[in-house]
Amino acid sequence: MSSSWLIKGARILGGDPADVLLRDGLIAAVGAPGSLAAEAEAADVSELDATGLVALPGLVDLHTHLREPGREDAETVVTGTKAAALGGFTAVHAMANTDPVADTAGVVEQVWRLGREAGYCDVQPVGAVTLGLEGKQLAELGAMATSAAQVRVFSDDGKCVSDAVLMRRALEYVKAFGGVIAQHAQEPRLTEDAQMNEGALSGILGLRGWPAVAEEAIIARDVLLAEHVGSRLHVCHVSTAGSVELIRWAKSRGVQVTAEVTPHHLLLTDDLVATYDPAYKVNPPLRSKADVEAVRQGLADGTIDAVATDHAPHPVEDKDCEWSAAAMGMVGLETALGVVAQAMVETGLLDWAGVADRMSFRPAAIGRLSGHGRPLEVGEPANLVLIDPAAPWTVHASKLTSKSRNTPFGGRELPARVVATFLRGRPTVLAGALA
Amino acid sequence: MKRHLVSAADLTYDDALLVLDTAGEMAALANREIKKLPTLRGRTVVNLFFEDSTRTRISFEAAAKRLSADVINFSAKGSSVSKGESLKDTALTLEAMGADAVVIRHGSSGAPHRLAYSGWVGGSVVNAGDGTHEHPTQALLDAFTMRRHLAGGKGDLSGRRITIVGDVLHSRVARSNVLLLATLGAEVTLVAPPTLLPVGVETWPCTVSYDLDAPLPKSDAVMMLRVQRERMKDAYFPSANEYTRRYGLDTERAATLPEHAIVMHPGPMNRGMEIAAEVADGTRSTIVEQVANGVSVRMAVLYLLLGGSQSAIGTEPEVGA
Repeated sequence: MSSSWLIKGARILGGDPADVLLRDGLIAAVGAPGSLAAEAEAADVSELDATGLVALPGLVDLHTHLREPGREDAETVVTGTKAAALGGFTAVHAMANTDPVADTAGVVEQVWRLGREAGYCDVQPVGAVTLGLEGKQLAELGAMATSAAQVRVFSDDGKCVSDAVLMRRALEYVKAFGGVIAQHAQEPRLTEDAQMNEGALSGILGLRGWPAVAEEAIIARDVLLAEHVGSRLHVCHVSTAGSVELIRWAKSRGVQVTAEVTPHHLLLTDDLVATYDPAYKVNPPLRSKADVEAVRQGLADGTIDAVATDHAPHPVEDKDCEWSAAAMGMVGLETALGVVAQAMVETGLLDWAGVADRMSFRPAAIGRLSGHGRPLEVGEPANLVLIDPAAPWTVHASKLTSKSRNTPFGGRELPARVVATFLRGRPTVLAGALA
Repeated sequence: MKRHLVSAADLTYDDALLVLDTAGEMAALANREIKKLPTLRGRTVVNLFFEDSTRTRISFEAAAKRLSADVINFSAKGSSVSKGESLKDTALTLEAMGADAVVIRHGSSGAPHRLAYSGWVGGSVVNAGDGTHEHPTQALLDAFTMRRHLAGGKGDLSGRRITIVGDVLHSRVARSNVLLLATLGAEVTLVAPPTLLPVGVETWPCTVSYDLDAPLPKSDAVMMLRVQRERMKDAYFPSANEYTRRYGLDTERAATLPEHAIVMHPGPMNRGMEIAAEVADGTRSTIVEQVANGVSVRMAVLYLLLGGSQSAIGTEPEVGA
C-alpha cells in the first residue's frame, strides 16, 4: 500500500469540502477540491473519494479497558485496538485495572509495547494511583512517568481513591511531571453491593441502589482538594446532574478540573434495568432522564470536557446470568461516535467541530498526548477519521470486532458511521473495515 | 393470565379474582376424603430453590402433588456463578428434562424474570421469592386469607384497610402485597422507620407512616414483617429493643385494633422482636391459617398456568380412574 493518500472532498470538521494530502505520516497539503491534483500525480498516491464525509482529527479515548494482561478471554491489546480503529480512534488510554495491575514501570511499558506492535491505534497506558488498586500506598508514579510509556494519567478506575489524605498526596505528587489523577468517584460505603441507580425503580425492582450522592460527595471533596493543593483533577464517567453542577461550580472558581462522560450515559436511562438484562449493568449505573439531559448540556457547554468510552469488555458468561451475579461494564469503542452523533449532533447540541473538540482535542490535552488531538493542518500528524454523517447502521453484537459482545446498543440504529481511520498517514480502516 | 407469575403486577384484577376463586375451590377439596385431583397428571413441576426455604418449598410441593403433577426438587444453594453451575445451565438442564413449570426461589432480585424471559426454558415460571424483589404467591395467600376474614370469602378487598409493618426495604412480601392489594382495591399503609423504606416509596400505590400507633385503630388487618436483628449492624435502627418499642406489635398495641381485625405474619417470625408471642398465638392471629391457605393458592396458580381456565373441580374428580 502506498504511503501517500489524497483524500478528496472531505468536509474538515464539517466545513466546506477540501482535498487533503497525507504523506510520510504528516498532512502534506490541504486545498480546495481539485487543487492538489498536480501534487497527487507527482508521487505514488492512493486516492480516496470522501465526498459527503466529515473529516475529524483521530479520536482519543481517555478511558479504555483493554484487559491485557490478565483477562485475555475478554479482550487483548490487538482486538481492543482493532475495535478502537473501527470506532475512529487513533489513541486510547488503557486503564490500569489489569492483572497484574499497571502499577509499575514494567507493566505500563509492556502494555505500551503491545500497542505499538499491534499498530492499529496508539495505546497510552494509565498508571494505577495506588499499589494493586488497594487504596493504601502510592504506586511508583514517577517511575511510570519516566518509563518508555511516559504515563501522565493515573487512575485506580474501578475503585475510588476514597482516602482523603492519599488523594491529596497523589494530586500533589504528580505535579512534578504534569500528571493528572483521574478519579473514579464512588464513595465506597454508600455503594456497598450497589446494583443500579437509586431511585423509584430500584425500590420496585428490589435492587440495591447506587445513589447519586455517592458520586457527588467524592467530586465535591476532590475539587476542593485540587483547589487547595493547586493540582489537576480529572473526573471519570460523570453520570449525574449534581456532578455536572459541582464541576461547573469548580471551573467557575478556577479549579483545574476536567471531566468525561461515557456515550452510554449520554443516551441510556435506568428504566432499561427493568428488563433485568445485565447488558445494562454498568458502573456508574445508568441514571434518570434528567441526568442524561444534564450530562448532555454539560458536554455541550464544555463543563464536561470529553467523551470517554469506558469500554469494558466482559466474556459472555459474565453477562449471561442473573443481574446481581453479572459483571459491570459495556463495550463502547465501536459505537461511541454513532452514539455521540445521535445524542449530541442530531439534537443540535454539538456540531462536528464540537465533536472534534470533545473526542479528540480536549482528551489529548488532558492526557498530555503529543501527536494526537491536533488540528487538520499542514505539518500536523496525519491522524484523522472520515465519518459518514448520514449513514444509519444497526448495531449487532455478533458483528463487533471487540472480543466481547456486551453492548447495550444491540438492535439500535445509530445515525453516523466511521468510514476510514488514518494513523500517521497509514489507513487502519477503509470502507468501514479494517484495512 | 400471563404464562409466568413473576410479579404481583402480572395479575390483572380479573386474574387475581380468578386465582382467589380457584383457590377457594381448591381449599374445599381439603375437606374431601381424597385430597387429590388428576388435573396435572403427566406434567412436571420443578422446584428450583437457590435459597433454603423449607416452608415455601413444601407448600409448592404439596400443591403440585395434590394436582397429581410429578415434582422434582432441585436444590442449588449458593451463588450460581461463584459456586459452580450457572442459572442458565441449570435452566437448560431442566428444559432438557421437560419441565412444564419451574418454581424458582433465588437470592438475586430478577432471577425469575431472567429465567422467564431469556428463552432458556419453555415452561411457565413461578416466582417463589427473589431477593428483595417479590413473592407473588405469598401476596396471593395473604389476600386469600384477608378475603376470607374481611370480605366473606368472595369478591375483592375494596375499602379494606391493611397496615404492613416492618422492614419494607428488604421485603419481597411487602412489594408483592402492595401491588396485589392495590389491584384488589384495598387501602394499604406501610409503617416503618425511614431507614427501612425504599427510596421512591412515595410513588407506590399506598400511604406511608413512620408511626405504628396512628393507623392501628383503623386497620382491618395488620401484617408484621420479619425484621432481622442483624440489620442494626448496618445502622438501620439503633437496637432490637428500640425497634420493638417503636414498631413491635405487643399486646397493648394489638388491643387498639378494631374487634374484627386480623393479625398476619408471613413467617418465619422473630417472636419478641416484631411481634409478641401472645399476639402471634392470639385469637386474631391468622398466621397458621396462612400456611394452609398457601397450599390452596399455589394449587390454583399451578392449575391456571398449566391446566387451563375452566373451573378447577366443577365436575366430579376422576380420582382413582
